[in-house]
Amino acid sequence: MSEFIDALMNHAFLQYAMLTGVLASIACGIVGTYVVTRRITYIGGGIAHSILGGMGVAYFLSATYKWNNLHPLYGALVAAILAAVVIGLISLRTREREDTVISSLWAVGMAVGILFISRTPGYNQDLMSYLFGNILMVTSSDLWLIIGLDILVAIIGVLFYNQLTAVCFDEEFARVRGLNVSFYYLLLLCLTALTVVILVTVVGVVMVIALLTLPVAVAGHFTRTMWGTMILATILSMIFVVIGLAVSYGPNLPAGATIILIAGLVYLIVAVGAGIFRYGREF
Amino acid sequence: MSGEKVVSIDGLTFSYDGLKVLEDVNLQISKNDFVWIVGPNGGGKTTLVKLILGLLQPRRGTVRVFGLEPAEARSRIGYMPQFAHLDPQFPINVLDVVLMGRLGNGNGLGPFRKKDKAVAERVLDEVGLLDMSRRSFSSLSGGQQRRILIARALAGEPDLLILDEPTANLDLLVEKELYDLLRELNSRLTIVMVSHDPAFVSDNVERVVCVKRKVSEHPTCELEGNFIGELFGGEMRLVRHDKHIGKRKNGE
Repeated sequence: MSEFIDALMNHAFLQYAMLTGVLASIACGIVGTYVVTRRITYIGGGIAHSILGGMGVAYFLSATYKWNNLHPLYGALVAAILAAVVIGLISLRTREREDTVISSLWAVGMAVGILFISRTPGYNQDLMSYLFGNILMVTSSDLWLIIGLDILVAIIGVLFYNQLTAVCFDEEFARVRGLNVSFYYLLLLCLTALTVVILVTVVGVVMVIALLTLPVAVAGHFTRTMWGTMILATILSMIFVVIGLAVSYGPNLPAGATIILIAGLVYLIVAVGAGIFRYGREF
Repeated sequence: MSGEKVVSIDGLTFSYDGLKVLEDVNLQISKNDFVWIVGPNGGGKTTLVKLILGLLQPRRGTVRVFGLEPAEARSRIGYMPQFAHLDPQFPINVLDVVLMGRLGNGNGLGPFRKKDKAVAERVLDEVGLLDMSRRSFSSLSGGQQRRILIARALAGEPDLLILDEPTANLDLLVEKELYDLLRELNSRLTIVMVSHDPAFVSDNVERVVCVKRKVSEHPTCELEGNFIGELFGGEMRLVRHDKHIGKRKNGE
């Protein structure tokens, strides 16, 4: 552990990683709470995987046409918003089964990403870091983008708290109260998209759902309000990321996977503990 | 003014995918009416309610609420949707549930105002659960949760209260308490309530409207044996939930 603290003092890349994780946790706690209570984590997963398409295209274009400013994260951003809007509009306006649409986008997005990355000249190490994340590779320009998205997500998530909570709790009632429920649903999906982009830098495409849901799932055992869940989930997510980074640093383990394992382990303990507690009270 | 038309439905027809759910419905509801909407499952009760709320649009005919298009009258309507679609684990406390009823009362972005909280506490008091305001919604009993949802409907300070099966899955005693509360509220509100339970037959019933694709209305005094049989098709017997048959003897 002292080795990690020493390294943290001396290496900018570790400081960026730490800052990324802490900032990502804010969006994660706020939006994750909406996503879990509205029961749309599967949409989060679909958006996360379809992001690979956007990253692949951006990666291909930047390498092939030397568009050096086209960072894969911009591609991710476009793909995420596009996926969110497509899923939202299809589920609101058409009679397609929503889960079928999500599954298709999930797989098609990945297929597009894999195709473009495979046609990109040069060394293709990046595919792995998109899939499984590489928080230690975050640069200062990535960090600015993440800060910007984080602020945007936090402001919208807090400003529309009453409306989004009402739509998550009881959509029909919210509609009768005159809320534009479709608008808020699309807004929620777009917030999810932005949050997923932020989280992809931490744990990669494949493990985003875990970071989006596990802190909220743990927090849900200890709070009885939405905002309480948001705050606790944010703190928990920060703890998971920091501990995951610290634990993985010494033995050189993949940071993203370590973070997720710690989060999963804590959830397991809390869920089992709560079950035993309930069982004990009933008998 | 008394006798004011609260809901006015004329020549209404509605269909889902070509299947007629409601046909040529005419229904007038006046101020301070207490209207029970009954009928078989799939008969169109909830559809009728959604048309009154403006959540669905009629194919033919008109629906007016307080003389307006339903969607424009929503600020005067308090609504309690079917209970079953709520997530029992949702992390929210009682006060926050009731405050949702204040949305749309000029509330834009940001937190609720003091006045909203005052109204929420007043209606919580009215349903007798003010001391529960900080409790978790999911920790309450089924009967208490219904009361909270009625409080939420009241929080918008409505003139018309619409409830969709408010007593589904409640035991009889709790159901009766809830009806007593609604009768109290009826002194200042018009109430329209969907109920699927044919055993509601009660002394204070004001109007009973049966929805079975067509809508018919009958004075409550006619609501006896043969009539219920006609409504639901086939022979029916009234279940006397208020009485119990003597203890069974062994082997019987």
